[in-house]
Amino acid sequence: MISLLLRRTVSLFVTLLVVSALIFLVMGLLPGDPASIMLGTSASPDTLAALRSELGLDQSLPVRYLSWLGSALQGDLGRSYTYSVPVAGLIADRLAVTLPLALMAILMSVAIAVPLGVQAARHHNRPIDVAISLFSYVGIAVPAFWIGLLLILTFATTLGWLPASGFPGWGAGLGAALKTLALPAVALAIPQAAVLTRVTRSAVLENINEDFVRTARAKGLGETTAIWRHALPAALVPVLTMLGLQFTFLVAGAVLVENVFNLPGLGRLAFQSLSQRDIIVMQNVVLFFAAIVIIMNFIVDLAYLVVDPRLRAAEQ
Amino acid sequence: MIRALRRRPVLMIGAFTTTLLTAVALLSLFWTPFPPTKIQILQRLKPPLEQGLLGTDQFGRDVASMLMAGAWNSLSIAFAAVLIGATVGTAIGLVVSVRRGWLEMLVMRACDVIFAVPPILSAMVLGAFIGAGRFTAIIAIATFMVPVFARLTLAAALQIWTRAYVHAAIGMGRSPLKITVVHVLPNIANQIVVQVTIQLGLAILTEAGLSYLGLGLAPPAPTWGRMLADAQTFFGQAPWLALLPGMAIALAVTGFSLLGDGLRDMLDPRSR
Repeated sequence: MISLLLRRTVSLFVTLLVVSALIFLVMGLLPGDPASIMLGTSASPDTLAALRSELGLDQSLPVRYLSWLGSALQGDLGRSYTYSVPVAGLIADRLAVTLPLALMAILMSVAIAVPLGVQAARHHNRPIDVAISLFSYVGIAVPAFWIGLLLILTFATTLGWLPASGFPGWGAGLGAALKTLALPAVALAIPQAAVLTRVTRSAVLENINEDFVRTARAKGLGETTAIWRHALPAALVPVLTMLGLQFTFLVAGAVLVENVFNLPGLGRLAFQSLSQRDIIVMQNVVLFFAAIVIIMNFIVDLAYLVVDPRLRAAEQ
Repeated sequence: MIRALRRRPVLMIGAFTTTLLTAVALLSLFWTPFPPTKIQILQRLKPPLEQGLLGTDQFGRDVASMLMAGAWNSLSIAFAAVLIGATVGTAIGLVVSVRRGWLEMLVMRACDVIFAVPPILSAMVLGAFIGAGRFTAIIAIATFMVPVFARLTLAAALQIWTRAYVHAAIGMGRSPLKITVVHVLPNIANQIVVQVTIQLGLAILTEAGLSYLGLGLAPPAPTWGRMLADAQTFFGQAPWLALLPGMAIALAVTGFSLLGDGLRDMLDPRSR
């Protein structure tokens, strides 16, 4: 187990290094000079040269990468050009919005998907199953940002129950902050829930007639207990896999939904840095998102080994 | 027709929806009820049926015509992106299935890396350097599709390489290229076609997101995503502007995912 863990961790760090090098390389190879993109066409040659040397653009790509990596490992990601603050602090501030939003969305999607998936499997091929399948087809097809628009239209514009956009900050009190995150979290959760419902349904269906579930029924457990206590845990591996794989789409959804609801999160930061041509911020945010996806997949990989002893045996 | 519908409802509904959408998209190249970019400020924000079939937007442009032109923009970007992603990804998967070893490890790691960057973000990076537009959207979506097809092709091709008839071909001295073309590719083509259909839906969804953020086609070319972005300002006055493009996106994506599922059931009975 320990050596397995060690191997996985080493491979995680190698992947993270490759990602950072790759993003650096791509941004270095793209046509256009970051300094002149950031300053616009009206900049004087002197300011341009000053920014170029500040950004280290007068050095070669490998040197720039190594010096960036060196300071990144010490927590220094460079300074934002537009905000004149350290990028690391900027990311941390925005993470305080995006992280709770993502967690709420994941919790909601699991809370919707697992009961729906179980019910669909239990009533296989009956009207309730068809209805739930229909929900998952439509839920996958509907863009999260459109759900966001519809939620604003219903709960903010028409009913006036929840704020349409903005974020008061955690300082304004937990209730006020959570209230503004509720609609965006639902918008993010519904497409995720649709995907997870399908996976839960087919995974439970695969296990529902297994011997161990039949044994559970035979020893007098009710159908509900047999499914929830025996069939569902065995079905969790594919559900977890999907949750991990969906993380890329959750990130993409967050970028859009934060823009719909005007939330000062990481996704909005990525978009703002694009429109303000703040290349350093953009590069770090993209890298940060990629790192989160990779680390999430790593955690899911480890979670398998905990959930399913058969996999643990196979790996060793 | 009705019997086919009853036997394979998923496939038939999917095929019908996607054919209809493609036809509408192609039609928009020759005919729309009104020119989709024509501004008529006096007719602004008219509800459906009062002016045109589906009303007008904040500039008095005909919503039905914009949706039709949007269908072409959305579908053409999605088709181009998936075609590029599928071709490159399949080629990579096939090559790796012949030469495994360190190349396989390298390619699979690279796939992990590319898969970790959602197309929205790569479109932002590309957009900053080369500007937003059709090319940026296609490349960003296609890049994300490459690992999807590379992984699928590799997994499917490796299975074929273990078959007896492939061993026989190797024994007869056939070259890896010939075996790939004659035996491997035809046997995995079904799976690739199914995946192409499913990914088309995802590509449409992504394109909508990109153009919502202003990273897709430049205005005034109508796109479903930007129609939604514009509608946000006129929520109270014109809710239909927010409803219709979203329904078009959902219809298109559902159509392609139904078609993909239906094709999979038909081509690969073992999957059920």
